This record gives sequence, C-alpha cells and structure tokens, in this order.
Amino acid sequence: MAASDLNPNASREHTARPTANRAAVIVGGNRIPFARTGGAYAKSSNQDMLTASLEGLIARFGLQDERIGEVAAGAVLKHSRDFNLTREAVLGSALSPETPAYDLQQACATGLETVLGLANKIKLGQIDSAIAGGVDSASDAPIAVSEGLREILLDLNRAKTPVQKVKILSRIRPKDLAPDAPNTGEPRTGLSMGEHQALTTAQWKITREAQDELAFNSHRNLAAAYERGFFDDLITPYRGLNRDSNLRPDTTLEKLSTLKPVFGRNLGAEATMTAGNSTPLTDGASTVLLASTEWADTHGLPKLATVLDGEAAAVDFVHGKDGLLMAPVFAVPRLLARHGLTFEDIDFFEIHEAFAGTVLSTLAAWEDEEFGRTRLGLDGALGKVDRAKLNVNGSSLAAGHPFAATGGRIVASLAKMLHEKGTVNGRPARGLISVCAAGGQGVVAILEAA
Amino acid sequence: MADKYTQLVSQGLGKDLAKRLGLPQPVELRRYSAGAPLVTGPVLVSGDSPGADDIATTLLGWGLDVRRNALPKEKLGAIVLVLDAVQHPDDLAKPVLTAGSSLRDLAVNARVVTISRTADSAQSPASAAARQGIDGFLRSLAKELRAGATANGILLADDLATTSPSALGALRFFLSGRSAYVDGQFLTVSSTKGIMPGDPEKPLAGKVAVVTGAARGIGAAIARTLHRDGATVVAVDIPAAGDHLARVANEVRGTALQLDISRDDAGHRIIEHAVERHGRLDIVVHNAGITRDRLLANMDEGRWRSVIAVNIAAQLRINEALLASEHFKDSPRIVSVASTSGIAGNRGQTNYGASKGGVIGMVRSTADHMEPFGGTINAVAPGFIETEMTAKMPFAIREAARRLNSLKQGGQPQDVAEAIAFLASDAAGGITGGVLRVCGQQLVGA
Repeated sequence: MAASDLNPNASREHTARPTANRAAVIVGGNRIPFARTGGAYAKSSNQDMLTASLEGLIARFGLQDERIGEVAAGAVLKHSRDFNLTREAVLGSALSPETPAYDLQQACATGLETVLGLANKIKLGQIDSAIAGGVDSASDAPIAVSEGLREILLDLNRAKTPVQKVKILSRIRPKDLAPDAPNTGEPRTGLSMGEHQALTTAQWKITREAQDELAFNSHRNLAAAYERGFFDDLITPYRGLNRDSNLRPDTTLEKLSTLKPVFGRNLGAEATMTAGNSTPLTDGASTVLLASTEWADTHGLPKLATVLDGEAAAVDFVHGKDGLLMAPVFAVPRLLARHGLTFEDIDFFEIHEAFAGTVLSTLAAWEDEEFGRTRLGLDGALGKVDRAKLNVNGSSLAAGHPFAATGGRIVASLAKMLHEKGTVNGRPARGLISVCAAGGQGVVAILEAA
Repeated sequence: MADKYTQLVSQGLGKDLAKRLGLPQPVELRRYSAGAPLVTGPVLVSGDSPGADDIATTLLGWGLDVRRNALPKEKLGAIVLVLDAVQHPDDLAKPVLTAGSSLRDLAVNARVVTISRTADSAQSPASAAARQGIDGFLRSLAKELRAGATANGILLADDLATTSPSALGALRFFLSGRSAYVDGQFLTVSSTKGIMPGDPEKPLAGKVAVVTGAARGIGAAIARTLHRDGATVVAVDIPAAGDHLARVANEVRGTALQLDISRDDAGHRIIEHAVERHGRLDIVVHNAGITRDRLLANMDEGRWRSVIAVNIAAQLRINEALLASEHFKDSPRIVSVASTSGIAGNRGQTNYGASKGGVIGMVRSTADHMEPFGGTINAVAPGFIETEMTAKMPFAIREAARRLNSLKQGGQPQDVAEAIAFLASDAAGGITGGVLRVCGQQLVGA
C-alpha cells in the first residue's frame, strides 16, 4: 500500500506547484467594529453591515464611482432573500453600479476564501481590482419554519381545489408551528462546534491555564493595538460602536480562571473550555481591497502586502480520525512545502481563535514528533510556533468572530503589520493565516510585505 | 433652509403681522447656486476716480448691467462705492450721499460694496481720517440695510489698483450669493498676487484640499463646498466619527482620513495622505474644534487644556509640518476657523475664546512665513450658525442669538464654507493674515 493511501493529507504527497504570475496586492481594508450578538447591531441585517463596511472602504480609498473588477463576499448565516447579498451591497454603495459581485460560502473560511479566489483572478490577469469581504449576524439570523410545516405549505401551493387545500391544512400539528432556529451543530454528528473542540482539546491534553492565558493575551494585545491607533485606518465605527464590544481590556487571568466550563462537561474533570476562552457569537462585517500592482499605482493607493498563496484542507472528523477544527494542521505544512518555507521564515502567525483550545491543539499537533511523522509525512515535528509572533494584535477571542467576517479582519490587519515590518534579513516580512471552519475544513494563506 | 420664524414672516399674513408689530423681518437670503446670476439687478458704480471707471469697465466685462448714474425708481442689485482716492473726510460727502439717495431702490438681497484704502500711520492725518471714516460709515450703513441686503468693504494697500486680482475676487465674492451671511465686514487686499479663475463656477479646479472636523456640521459643509468648487477633498476627523466622515467623503467623492489632529504626527500624516493619494496638497482648512464650556471659576485643567490642545495647539503643530514640507510650496492656502467668541468674547468660554483668539494671532503671524512662496493664511470667524450644536441651545438663548444681528437670522454652515472657499481660491492670493467674520453683523461685541 502506498503511503498516500494512508496519509492523503500528508505534505509530501502534494503535487501542486506554484507558478509565476503577476502579484495580487492588498491595498488595505475596512471593517466595522464587531459586536456581541444582541448588542449594537441587533437590528442590523447582513446587507446593512456589509454595505457599511464597503462604504468605509470606499471612503478610505476614494473608490466612489469606480468600477471594481469584482466584489466577492458571503455570510454563513444567510437568509434565502439574500441570494445576491454582495451584489445588493454593491448597489447600495458608492461604487459604480457596473461592478459585478458574487456570493461565496465556506463556513468560517468564507472571508479568507474570497480573498484567495479574487487574488487568483488578479494574478491571472482576469481583473485588476477586487474587494473581498464577509459578514455575519447571529442577531439577525434566519429562522426557518419546521420541516413538517414547510412540506405542508409546499403541498398547499400545488393544491388545485379548495377541498384539497383544506385537507392539506388539516395536516398541521402544533409541533409543526415551532420555528427551526439555526445552530452551529454539525449535521453529521449532531455535536456543536464547542463539543467537537472539547474532544480535541482533551485529546491534545490542553490545560485550562494555557487556554485562559491565550484568551488573556488576545484581549491584552487587541486593547494595546487600539490604544496605539493601529485600527485607525482599519475600522470605521458603526451604530455608535467604536471598538469591538467583546474586548475586555481590563480582564485578568484571575477573572478568566473563575469562569465555569461550558463545553465538554460530560468529559468530567477534563472540561476546560469556558465562555472566556471560547469565542462568543458576534455580528460584524469586513472588506479588503485587492489590486494588481499597476492598478494600485495608477490610483495612488498603498501596497501593504501581496497574497503569496493559499491552501485548503479537510479532515475526516465524522469518523473521529481528526478533530473537527484541525484541518489547518494539514493545510499549513502543504503550503509551506510548496514554497520551501519553514516556521523560521514566518514573522507573524495569525491563527484564528475559534476557541483557545483550537489554537493550542493546532500548535501541539505541529510540535508533535509522532504526529509529524505519521500524519504529516515529515521526518519529525513540523515545528514550534514562536509565541511572540502569534496573534500579536489580538484575534477572535477578544475581537469576536462574525463567521464570514473573520478572514477579512485578519487579512487587512496582517497586511498592515507586514507593511510596517517591511523586510526581515533582506527578505519581505511574511505572515501565515490559518482559519478553521465547520465541516472539518480549513483554509490557510501566506502574505508577504509589499 | 430658513428657520421657521423667517419662513413665517416672509409671506402673506405673517409678513403683514410682523410689519405691523414691528417684529424683526428676516428674509430668506440669496445663496450661491451654480448658474445663478452674480447680482439680482443693475449695479450702480458710484465714485468719480479713475479707479471707479476701471471698476465700471470690469463689471461690464463680467456681463453685468452697469449704471454710473442711478435711474429713478429702477431696482438696483448692488451699489459699488469706489472711494479709493479720498484725501479728506470732506471728500466722502458727495459719493456717500449719492449712494444714499439710491438705497431705497435696492432690491431684496442687494449688495453695497465700498472700495477704499487701508488707513495707517503712513498717511496724513486727514487722509487717514477719511479712510478710517469709511470703516465706521460702512458698519453703520450695514445696520441700516433691510431685506437681506448687506454692506461690505474692500481695503486696498496704498499702491494697488482697484482692479488688482484679489480686489476683483473680493468684489465678486461680496456681490455674489456666496457672501450671504457676511455683513459689515472688510477684506484687506495687500498685494497684487492672485489670479481670477478660468471658470468662475469651478474656482478650485485641480486643487487638493484637506478639511479637518469634516464629519459633520460646518466641516461637512466646507467639504461639500470645496468639492462643488472643483477641489478634491480629503475629509479628516477623529476615528470615533469615522462613520459620518465616510458618508461625507463618499458624498464629495474624496477620501476619508481618520486621524486625531492632536497627535504629534498629524501634520505629517495629512501631507502624506494628500500627496500619495491625490498627488499634491494645496489647501488646508483647520475646522476641527471642541467646546468645554465652564465659567472660569469652575474651570478644571482638563477642560482648559483639551480645548487649547485641539483648537489651537494642533493647528500650530500641523502648520509647522506644512511650512516645512516641499509639497506645500505652490501658492498654498491655509484657512482656519476662528469664532466671534475669540473676538467679542462669550461668557463661559474663556478657554474657547482663548483658543479662537489664538487662531487669529496665529494667522496674523504665519502670513509672513507663507508669503515667500505665494501662500496665504486667513481665518474665518462664524457667528451664530444653525448646526446640530446650536440646535441644542435652550430656546430663548438660541432665539436671541439668532436675531441679534443685522440679518435677523442665524447663518447656515454653507455660509461659513463659502467664505473659506473664497479665501482658499487663487483669486484671494492678495489677501492674507486677516479674519473674515461670517456673522450677519452680530450686534453684540466687536
């Protein structure tokens, strides 16, 4: 049996090779502050928030009446009426109404995938400019009628005579009237994302203390970034909110340590995941302006970073082979191998904090000799991520995580950090992004300072 | 939009009632709109100096209906009183009384503009008396005019022709609807610098302008007006005002720069943004300002210092960066928003008054530093302007503030913006170091 049959996710089996194309540069970004669900944006729709985020981007970069090559965005929790969410947001903005747009959906990786897809179009010379984005509202989530009622209503629509209609209506039972609210449970396991992660957290023996410390650092780093004005050209206030409402600048390790576990409680003593080291449901939107070098230059716009490359992976969580949110563990070594890079060549690690346990399990897997050999097909462990380079301006635990908006948040912030860093040892500063997603998926990317 | 009282007494029963009761009768002011005529009727040019003839010829060239002698009963759009050659107070009688006999023929929203010379110790006592006399005359006349008519003056330095570029620029400004709420004021022309615009509807075409405090109120109106006049606008405000700022920036097809102007590097950031995004920087409008009112007896250090920091210290620091920049050398313009509180004072505003008085002093001193490369710097001092801020004043105080001026109404943000747009234009190149009040000739104070 070939090694590839055992380890379809292994790095060495990857046959894709990078090809030389023109660069796709990140000009900048804009997002609205993220709000905890039911807070400042409780009455805002996905379209409202995406439009607001887009309007701030347009204002920042003077894109009024501009026909952008293409705009792509998406939402994870999406009303069926929002079938053309992104195009509608474009039409409600100051962009040229002749700007095309499409929606994309890849769970929490939606935002990063819009960046990668549009960057590829720029690299291929199909378009010269693009706006990537994402939005999510857990406050204004769609609520569906029950499956029973839905079938009855569809039958009713097909009925021809009044008698048929009465007959069909008589099938309605009280239980059919209960609405079907969205949840983050995995369709194939019935487990919520938190319960899935609790299994992984326990498997990798991640301690409560380590998780709380990661959460604490996230809040501290995000607060410090706000204090020094880092977000002044990355965020536009919305509905009276100037900062992410989940941010607790004054939180302490002591406070975090007092919170009761909310996931993995059936695991008994191993329950370590609390509301403090798990990301809350959040509302928000983000956008990123991408361009060819020429387009940025002719428009007098900054070039913060280039999109070097991206990689997606998926894991078999259904049968328990890997944890639900562990796909990036496999995507990253493949992406690094494609470019002959190691962790030593990375200056910033942006690992999306779905849960503190996700980040720590991911790091643990990469540091594990056995895992490196047997699962990643390497000679040993992939490597150790220097904690001083990890999520240095905070991440989702502090900022919150409006699912599809997180990719845009990370890309714009990292691009700015890389631009500020400039070069390292004569090479452009480099940043790695890792985003896990429902369905056992993950998308990762590398950006380089421009 | 005129306030409710002005609407009420502008027509029909309300108008009749106000007249019988002797109530103030404000009219809806004539404001600039593209394509509107410069004045509303024939212009009488009064005065018999060669300078007066030159003005008459110029106005004819502008396509205006010019009279050298008034026709009985004919409604006049404006009277231009050219007094550039007066040597003695006795010389005033004839031209002034001639103009006086035509005042009853002034149309609604008409204009009276005097053109005379600056008075200082260089002249003979008689000449200085005649020149300074015009100041008192003009301010008194402005208080006599009714129905939206205003009187303003142009002061020329000694050797300047009445038709020097900025004299004509100022004359055009005063005649037009752009000066709707400027009344009883003088503009001083000190040099022959300045160029009349190629297209009078787009006097700022090709210019890049930065407006601070642009998210709302007067700042937003300045951004809109500069854009209307052809400028590319960089709208600046604090990050917390970013949503309103984005709206303004998108409306004026400019860019938004979220920036706290009291930061040490604010000047640098402004220059960098303007030059990188728009290729140049021509105009900076210091509009951002705050109030932290308290009687001095109750004033704490935080209130005092924050007002000084934002309203004047930030402007000084930004100006230093501008003056040091190679990108701000092509006849640039700085216009700073002062306040009548900085001239006449206002109870409860010692900090604000100090900061706005400071603006006036800063402008006077900075003019010399701008002069070598054709730059100018001026201040505009608004009186009572109808904004969200003044809408929050208690009714009685607001109503009093609104009516206690020669035009019997508050000004609009656009009125302040128009004065700034004029001072920022090429036509105003010979006007520098001064303050122009946009206050409807406020009756209280200076």
